[in-house]
Amino acid sequence: MRQYIVRRLFISIIVLFGVSVMLYLLGRLTPGDYVTSITAGNPNITVEMQERMREVYGLDKGIVEGYLNWLWDALRGDFGLSFLYQKPVTEIIMRYVPITFTLAFSAMVFEILLAIPFGIIAARKQYSRTDYFIVAVALVGISLPSFFFAAILKRIFAIGLGVLPLSGMVNARAGYTGWARIADIGKHLVLPVTVFVVTGVGGLLRYVRTNMLEVLNADYVRTARAKGVPEYKVIGKHAFRNTLIPIVTMVGNMIPGLFSGAVITEGIFSLEGLGNIAIKAVQSGDIPYLMGFNMFIAVLTIIGTLISDILYAVVDPRVRYS
Amino acid sequence: MDDIRIRNEKEQDEFEQNQVIMTPGQMVMRRFFRNKLAGFGMGIVIVMILFCFLGPFFSPYGEYEIFYINKQTGEEIDMKDPRIKEAGVIINIKAPLSSSHLFGTDADGRDVLTRIMYGGRISLTVGICVVIVELLVGVTLGGIAGYYGGKIDMIIMRLVEIFYCIPFIPLMLVISAILVGYGISPKYKIFYIMVVLGILNWAGVARMVRGQILSLREMEYMQAAKAAGIRTYKKIFKHLVPNVMPIIIIMATMDIGTTILTESVISYLGVGISFPYASWGNMVNAVTNSIILKNYLNIWMPPGICILLTVLAFNFIGDGLRDAFDPKMKR
Repeated sequence: MRQYIVRRLFISIIVLFGVSVMLYLLGRLTPGDYVTSITAGNPNITVEMQERMREVYGLDKGIVEGYLNWLWDALRGDFGLSFLYQKPVTEIIMRYVPITFTLAFSAMVFEILLAIPFGIIAARKQYSRTDYFIVAVALVGISLPSFFFAAILKRIFAIGLGVLPLSGMVNARAGYTGWARIADIGKHLVLPVTVFVVTGVGGLLRYVRTNMLEVLNADYVRTARAKGVPEYKVIGKHAFRNTLIPIVTMVGNMIPGLFSGAVITEGIFSLEGLGNIAIKAVQSGDIPYLMGFNMFIAVLTIIGTLISDILYAVVDPRVRYS
Repeated sequence: MDDIRIRNEKEQDEFEQNQVIMTPGQMVMRRFFRNKLAGFGMGIVIVMILFCFLGPFFSPYGEYEIFYINKQTGEEIDMKDPRIKEAGVIINIKAPLSSSHLFGTDADGRDVLTRIMYGGRISLTVGICVVIVELLVGVTLGGIAGYYGGKIDMIIMRLVEIFYCIPFIPLMLVISAILVGYGISPKYKIFYIMVVLGILNWAGVARMVRGQILSLREMEYMQAAKAAGIRTYKKIFKHLVPNVMPIIIIMATMDIGTTILTESVISYLGVGISFPYASWGNMVNAVTNSIILKNYLNIWMPPGICILLTVLAFNFIGDGLRDAFDPKMKR
């Protein structure tokens, strides 16, 4: 096991290196760098001034040299200053992580709470009306474009009924403090979380259903029933515990999603999350931020897969890595 | 005694003749069409294809035809008409539903229904072409990785992981900026986007195909094929590929839906299909204007519903196919 983890970590370093090369290439290949984008439309800027600014931002170096510089600094934990904010990249990420994380984490909790029971119900009554209904609803959720669903929710609850705020994080005019402020933030998060849950629950639910079906057809479930074990015990103890194996691994894969931010949803509800910041960074050519943020997500993705593989071996003693 | 025996044999023969023997393919089809949701999905897809590809021939308007209206007389004027320069003639924006414009006109004075048809053409074409590209790359590389294993497998799978780690939307923004930077006209941008989406999606297909081939490779019939001395390419294409086919078909169907959704997202962000061409995604983009969001449901609801229905239909079909191919879940 330890040997396996060490080998996986070693491979991860190669993958991360590949990712960083591709990201840097893409960032530098974008026509119109940061200097062009901030000086655009300003007639007083001369070519010499632009060149001087490129030198300051380190954009005058070639792609290879620039990349090696970045790599050297990054290896020592220094991801540089964001062009846009003039602050260390790590500081910016830390500042916006709470919003993104709150949003994604509460959505994930709701998704799991909905997907597991409904997936089990659907599997137990396969091909019944209940099953059709649950699967159809799950599929509608998967097929809904998030921007369209968000627009509908906003139209109904914020504009039509006026019960929930349209966008943003807090009601700036009210100036709440303490608990009232937290309640206010909660109210602002209802619609975005709904968008996340409805568009995200379907995948997990179908996964639970398929796995449950497989387990329910297994011999040991038939044996348990033949022995006269009560149905709730058959489902809860014999079947459900075994469906947990694939579910646990899937949850491991959800880790990066907790931090990556959702560009569309954050944009529509004007939440200052990491997704929104990343888009601004792409549009203005803020290379240090993009590199830092995307490498952060890449590391999380790799850790997530590794954790899910390790959990697989932990929950299922039959799995052995060598 | 003999009499009975002959009669019995005769009956046996008759029984065998009356037995309908179905090929596995026929059995799959039968199971598929017994699934109501799958049939429903099939129906929607056919209707959508007819609507988007034949619809424009019956529509009197063009994709980017702008309509004007004479404020005094209320008469509608086409953009090719010279009278649009007259006094009191303005662009007929956000027109309400009427018999000449079933879904009204959008914020630029174009017929919404006609644009939905043209937008649908784009969405469906993108969905299908992207899936073809991703299958070509994914099945080939996944097949090679799974069959040969070893170092080749190692390299291909690391590549898959790298593609998994690259965030999608920022990447699309960069690629769009590159396309614009090289002066590619909106007309041809769509082809580049199809190729890019296909190349970005191959990793999932490759991973799936590789996993399948890894387990199939250990099957006894593969050993038999090896013992019989069959050539490698025959082993791959006659024995392995047909067995991976069901999962590829299911994946492809579902991926068409996912791709349509992805295309709508990037068009919504304004980096996909761009002005003056229509796409369902960029039509829904009108909601960024809060007045349209509030008062002109006819502009953004229909294209959104079209996306939902089409993606849903492909998901229903994929789900139905999965159940139909998997005899373990026979009803």
